[in-house]
Amino acid sequence: MSMPFYVSPEQLMKDRADYARKGIARGRSVVVVQYADGVLFVSENPSQALHKVSEIYDRIAFAAVGRYNEFENLRIAGVRLADMRGYSYDRRDVTGRGLANAYAQTLGTIFSSGGEKPYEVELFVAEIGESAADDQIYRLTYDGQVADVQRYGVMGGAADVVAGYLEERYSDGAQLADAVRLAVSALGHTEDGDRVIPDDDLEVAILDRTRTQPRKFVRIVPARLRQLLGERGPAEPNPERDMERSVPPAGPESPPSQPPMAGDEPPVAPPG
Amino acid sequence: MTSDLFGGARIPASFMVPGTSSFTDFLAGQAPELLPSRRSLPPGQAADLAPHGTTIVAATFPGGVVMAGDRRATMGNVIAQRDIEKVFPADEFSAVGIAGSAGIAVEMVRLFQTELEHYEKIEGITLSMAGKANRLAALIRSNLAMAMQGLAVVPLFAGFDHATHVGRIFSYDVTGGRYEETAFHSVGSGSLFARGALKKLYRPDLSDGEAVLAVVQALYDAADDDSATGGPDLTRRIFPVVHVITGDGGRRLSDDEVAEVADRMIAGRMQRPDGPQAGLS
Repeated sequence: MSMPFYVSPEQLMKDRADYARKGIARGRSVVVVQYADGVLFVSENPSQALHKVSEIYDRIAFAAVGRYNEFENLRIAGVRLADMRGYSYDRRDVTGRGLANAYAQTLGTIFSSGGEKPYEVELFVAEIGESAADDQIYRLTYDGQVADVQRYGVMGGAADVVAGYLEERYSDGAQLADAVRLAVSALGHTEDGDRVIPDDDLEVAILDRTRTQPRKFVRIVPARLRQLLGERGPAEPNPERDMERSVPPAGPESPPSQPPMAGDEPPVAPPG
Repeated sequence: MTSDLFGGARIPASFMVPGTSSFTDFLAGQAPELLPSRRSLPPGQAADLAPHGTTIVAATFPGGVVMAGDRRATMGNVIAQRDIEKVFPADEFSAVGIAGSAGIAVEMVRLFQTELEHYEKIEGITLSMAGKANRLAALIRSNLAMAMQGLAVVPLFAGFDHATHVGRIFSYDVTGGRYEETAFHSVGSGSLFARGALKKLYRPDLSDGEAVLAVVQALYDAADDDSATGGPDLTRRIFPVVHVITGDGGRRLSDDEVAEVADRMIAGRMQRPDGPQAGLS
């Protein structure tokens, strides 16, 4: 019989936090930027099918970094929660604050329960209002903490470097094209120099207040993205990208031809 | 169940399980009491208890489809509401109009709208036009028990099909039978008259504006001969609800736009009350 080692609660929590943080830091960053007509999300994501930015409800969107299967489960739960609430009450009764709260409780419970591994994810939940002053952006961390984000926010691997770049150059009330260019160059910024991310590796979406339909979430298609970005010089793909693409997209038990949600376990995205 | 949604507790584990993309299926597992089909009715006829909606018409034109509904709801011989809305956007490229028991129909439309949007958000793509029509058929089918007690819902579904780039129209019966219609169709108590009018007015090369005028004319003819269909209310300025759907999406015509079309039609009917004359050969 062996005796289990004593581990202090402080050490236990620290280990779990380190584990989650390491997983998140492996991935590429996601940027959220407030602009004149709404909120912009940009991420570097070579996959066209496995999204990091998604619609939750009329005025609410979701962005995530970390393990794909974990944030995908949270995304689906958010869509179900929002649709069920909107159906049983009214569309107006679905709020970003309520959703952020539900996510915070979920992540917090998972983080502090001994039985489950902590989620290696961080989330943005954004909701646009009638004007830029009414826009709300929440950042949720792996342990269930919620922070209010003003003007811009960054999560993921190189968050500090990208945030520093945005801090110097962000201005309130920017037009969409300016905001997209700023966010894209911020993602390409590293301490060793700047690179031009290829158009096809960018996932860009907006919550657009000026849209006349009730659902304000719009994915920026490649043609429009090229128009918004203008001339940027030759693209320099990330040297790690080819290596990342070689990561098998799905577990051995699910055939590769299946759509993302077909199996019991969703496939794991490349960490990029 | 619904009382603690967003209530500050952890999201239930069942919400996190991937699997179904159907909101109806999800509700059936989580909160079946919210589904219209899960209610048990005491025996007896319930038809006279609630208002009924009446006439809906739809017509295709090159590049799209238009759907319109009159504004009357009746309860027996009483006009229950004179400005009810019976045509709704199902999603951005389709619309659904309802005839039959109004309360249940409106609830079914809300469920159908949520169903389409839910699938789109979970899967990241929209359902095909036929897929949408089949989902609606399933909702109607599940209402059969209530239909047999007089609470029938008979919708008309129309939308723009991105695969073939044409407007398409689907009609239904109370058992969930789904039938694709060509060119134009009408449902509800005044539908016989509306369809007769459209037979004489419809041409396959109508522009969107002409198609709107044709369906407004057809609704007038329905109201002319069916007491349960409401005609244009000139004193209160209440005119039909008209949705036009093209490849750019669907939109409801503003009150002013429909009023302009209706005024033009009425000016013509002042000269000839039976409406435009069709050629004999």
